[in-house]
Amino acid sequence: MGLEKFKDRNIGTQNYKKLDLTHPPKSGWDRFKQVVSRTFKPELCIGLWVTLREMINALFRGKMHTTQYPLEKLPISPRYRAIHEMLRLLESGHYRCIGCGLCEKICISNCISMETRYDENQRKEVSEYTINFGRCIFCGYCAEVCPELAIVHGGRYETASEQRASFSLFEDMLTPIDKLNLQKEYQGFGAISPNADDNIKKTPLAY
Amino acid sequence: MSEIELVKNMISITIDGKEYKAKEGEYILNAARANDIFIPAICYLTRCSPTLACRICLVEADGKQVYSCNARVKEGMEIVTTTPNILEERRAIMEVYDVNHPLQCGVCDQSGECELQNYTLELAVDSQSYSIPDTKRETKNWSSVLHYDAGLCIVCERCTTVCKDMIGDSAIKTTKRGGSALDKSLKGSMPKDAYAMWNKLQKSIIAPSNGTEHTNCSDCGECIAVCPVGALVSRDFQYTTNAWDLKKIPATCAHCSSGCQIYYETKPTSISDRREKIYRVTNEWNYVSLCGAGRFGYDFENREVKKDKEAFKRAIEAFKKAKVINFTSVITNEEALMLQTLKEKLGVKLINREARAFQIFLDFYKQYSGKSLYSLDFKEIMASDFVISLGTSLRNDNPNARYAFNNVQKMNKGAGLYFHPVGDTLVPTFGRNILTFAHKVGHEEAVLLLLIELFSNKDELPDIVKEQLDREKLVELLGGDSKFEASFSKIMKKKEKFSLIVGEDLYFHPKAKNIVKLITILEKTSPIKVAMIPPKTNSLGVALICDLDDEAKGYTIGYNALGDFKFSALGDGDLDAPAMNQQEGTLTNMHKRVTPTNVALEYNGYTLHDIVKELLNIPTKYTIDWTPKLPINKGFKSIDFDSLPNGYSNDGTENRGYLLTEITSEAKEIDVDKFDENIALDGDIAYRCNPQRQFSDFTNKAHQIFEEFALYASPKRAEALGKRVVVEFDSGNLELDVKIDERMDGDIVAVPDFKSDKNIYELFGASRYQKVIIREV
Repeated sequence: MGLEKFKDRNIGTQNYKKLDLTHPPKSGWDRFKQVVSRTFKPELCIGLWVTLREMINALFRGKMHTTQYPLEKLPISPRYRAIHEMLRLLESGHYRCIGCGLCEKICISNCISMETRYDENQRKEVSEYTINFGRCIFCGYCAEVCPELAIVHGGRYETASEQRASFSLFEDMLTPIDKLNLQKEYQGFGAISPNADDNIKKTPLAY
Repeated sequence: MSEIELVKNMISITIDGKEYKAKEGEYILNAARANDIFIPAICYLTRCSPTLACRICLVEADGKQVYSCNARVKEGMEIVTTTPNILEERRAIMEVYDVNHPLQCGVCDQSGECELQNYTLELAVDSQSYSIPDTKRETKNWSSVLHYDAGLCIVCERCTTVCKDMIGDSAIKTTKRGGSALDKSLKGSMPKDAYAMWNKLQKSIIAPSNGTEHTNCSDCGECIAVCPVGALVSRDFQYTTNAWDLKKIPATCAHCSSGCQIYYETKPTSISDRREKIYRVTNEWNYVSLCGAGRFGYDFENREVKKDKEAFKRAIEAFKKAKVINFTSVITNEEALMLQTLKEKLGVKLINREARAFQIFLDFYKQYSGKSLYSLDFKEIMASDFVISLGTSLRNDNPNARYAFNNVQKMNKGAGLYFHPVGDTLVPTFGRNILTFAHKVGHEEAVLLLLIELFSNKDELPDIVKEQLDREKLVELLGGDSKFEASFSKIMKKKEKFSLIVGEDLYFHPKAKNIVKLITILEKTSPIKVAMIPPKTNSLGVALICDLDDEAKGYTIGYNALGDFKFSALGDGDLDAPAMNQQEGTLTNMHKRVTPTNVALEYNGYTLHDIVKELLNIPTKYTIDWTPKLPINKGFKSIDFDSLPNGYSNDGTENRGYLLTEITSEAKEIDVDKFDENIALDGDIAYRCNPQRQFSDFTNKAHQIFEEFALYASPKRAEALGKRVVVEFDSGNLELDVKIDERMDGDIVAVPDFKSDKNIYELFGASRYQKVIIREV
């Protein structure tokens, strides 16, 4: 499914059809006639026929509408806020997180903590990173504040597990290096706005 | 300065149309700050000389543009802090600072506590008009603690200024950057001051001043503290945490008698270990300067202590049968009072060698001068213009005394005399007007006689002193050169305020009593005022509170010291005690101030208070319930711990705890002994003196302090001695490695006393100098 439907929020121009409804009975005789006609018309069979038809369609003509969850899943909005993901740089494959600690600071349920250190390449390295999903309220502030678009929300909404710990470490959230080509940008709050380029003032460069 | 004098020296000035009072002769910037008026300034440091590197502190004084950091206020001066022209200059300056500044604020250790960021936002710099090709500027590790990222440096020169004017090491300086020259056409087109500042900035960068890659300094880390950006950080702290995650705990440094104001900054150790850990120590660097021990020696806590009921029971038993309590000066006033109470109630004897010597000295001083405390505090020394140091290895004993000595030379066009048997190559570099005397050990009285001869009004002197005043002979005896007369009259020119710092050598002097008499005479008959350096952390407090004993035998309890039962915060005792960063209480520092310190790290074990409570059945809940009980007749005040302030106000006034009250009594008649020059020690001499940054077992425990327990000697002497030696004292031997102290001079060797289990005080006995035999192993 494409994004077009989600992007179209223009509810006002849709075409509404006015239904041709019969008027409610006025006199007692009219009411009696309505009862008689409803009782003896084969409307029940119409209903049963619809069910039977759909059953036949579904079973024999391959027109099943049921999503076979968990074998099948419905697509969700790219702005949906489920379990976090840690993205990688597309060019180098290195993780994007610079260890600035803003997500840790902004987290209103205090569930992010991280450890950083000075590494061999004179860079700040994130040595440990964890989110306590028992506390996380999926507010999305961390993704919004992240200056590197490194921590984002993913679509992984199935959070039942034997241990919460299985979601919460840096490696669990990081895009697997062999699936880098499948990495998608997050579209929710914190993502770059479509007109970002227009808002930039250029710095003069001497070279 | 007295209150009346202060009021007399106040003048009135107008800032932005409002009238304010200011001290006469003060810089405009300081006057504004004292009145809570904001003038932006990056390169200026209170207590140091203006560098004029940033030029952002421009103001208009009486219609003329001046730099507020180096223009002084005058009576009736009208100051305007912002004009359109000044704002234009400031904005251009900030734009220039932002040119080529790496956009790595996200990882930078300043983490928002950045003056570059603040002023960029303050002046609303939202676009850049200037550019220049960047120069490759490399990251360097200057020493075991200093990390310098030249890329982030804005060359405000605060680090070099503080190192020169306050610390005295002058270990870093500006050097050539090798950047490209500015476009000449900018000179006309951009604001004048911004251009001048950029021109200078583009040419310079900071580097060690000895020409190598590494600084040769005392590793105090004050340059880290003053750095407005993240260019200078401690190697241990780098990239470990953000400033905003740290909890600041106001405290008093526990290592030396300076009792500096510090903040312990804590945060949980790691994700898996949620116990608090101290990440760094910071200070109010505009008003106080730390040494390397204070800044880096913070992780001396007694970790993972639980209430061990059995050990506590044994401790109670031990205290009940104890005859002696042996303790160090690294305790709070409250604990000292508890020990004193134990002495009164249980009759134990109290042994604290360093504090006892100081106590006797203070007691003599009280007898002969009639004052319970020495005259000056070290802030007043900083305001003097002639400072004399006697009987202390200034560099090692007390960093703040050394900073004061240095600051006087740099800021007050001061002069100094330095008397010490152990030659020092650093002190003479503090200023041009310093005369040093490497006199013989034991000739301290001669020094005082010389000072009396030089400064006193001869008519007021007793005859016995007058007889001994032979200037030429004294100068010669003390090792002064033939040009002394000429150089002394040169350095004496235009000097008004004189101060004398005396130290531990005199307290451990066989003729201490006579020395006190001479000091008292000197104070009475000359303009010189004296300040004393208490030997260890709270020696002054202990000396005032406790009734110490000279010698004692029997079952001994050692509190952080040797004993039959050890109550220790070092983790090696029979019962654990909290270390200073796990305790609340007050300390008495050398500035005669009682300062509060707070709990930085959790401690779950027993404290001295628990023991005293159990023993004496006293209904107090906390150690700090003893704070208002400190003896008023010794100068303490009855103030609750929780109402003690701990900070500084904008004009630099220290609001920490309270000052001890001086108690006067009737002075005794002074009868001076005749000085005998034959008491001088000859031969190989060992001096009880710690290396820089080491003060006690606690500094030794800290992981960033690694000065070893070794024999320290001047380079020449160390070479002659070999690698490892046995030092033979009268009362025992000591085997030590030989280490070079490049700033020592002469033949005397230094033996540290910071490890209490080595019992160095026992080896040295009643003196700080001992004749020894040293042989190579």
